[in-house]
Amino acid sequence: MASVIDWIYFGAQFILGLAMLAGCWRVVRGPRAQDRVLALDSVYLSAMLLLVTFGIRSGTVLYFEVALVLGALSFVTTATLAKFLMRGEVIE
Amino acid sequence: MNPMPEWLQLIIALIVFAGALITLIGTIGLVRWASFYQRIHAPTLGSSLGAALILLASSLHSSFGSGRPVLHEVLILVFILVTTPVTLMLLARATLYRDRSEGNPRVPR
Repeated sequence: MASVIDWIYFGAQFILGLAMLAGCWRVVRGPRAQDRVLALDSVYLSAMLLLVTFGIRSGTVLYFEVALVLGALSFVTTATLAKFLMRGEVIE
Repeated sequence: MNPMPEWLQLIIALIVFAGALITLIGTIGLVRWASFYQRIHAPTLGSSLGAALILLASSLHSSFGSGRPVLHEVLILVFILVTTPVTLMLLARATLYRDRSEGNPRVPR
């Protein structure tokens, strides 16, 4: 039973890794800048969920804090880049 | 501190797996769909239901593991649920502004 649960967690981590890979494909390929920003946001989200899954497996609180910081960084990054795309500068 | 029963561990692992699968489906939509205005809908699948399932499973796991309610993960969930619509709305407005100022004919009205 314990090995089955381990394999399920490994599968979930593999799937989240695939999600990050698909987001990276869109970052590289994206026709325009806004596609790249959107894909970067989704890569941030997948990385955060991957860290939470690592935290469940290892049972420490450390990964939770990294995930919280990643969530905050994702908000700041996407909002700032959207402002940059709209105006051409961040602080006017 | 009491060890968790195995069926509970299995259910939590399956919830995590379902959340990962839903996140992957959202990202596949990001790759497959044709225009930006379609694509901006796809990752929200991961940021709403995928994140909710994985974070609630993490909360359940540490609650039953330590024998007291652990609600750290709900903090991340609330943060994600509040900020994602704001950032994607900003990004969509910026894209609309760029497309209109370029005179792109395929812009939604």
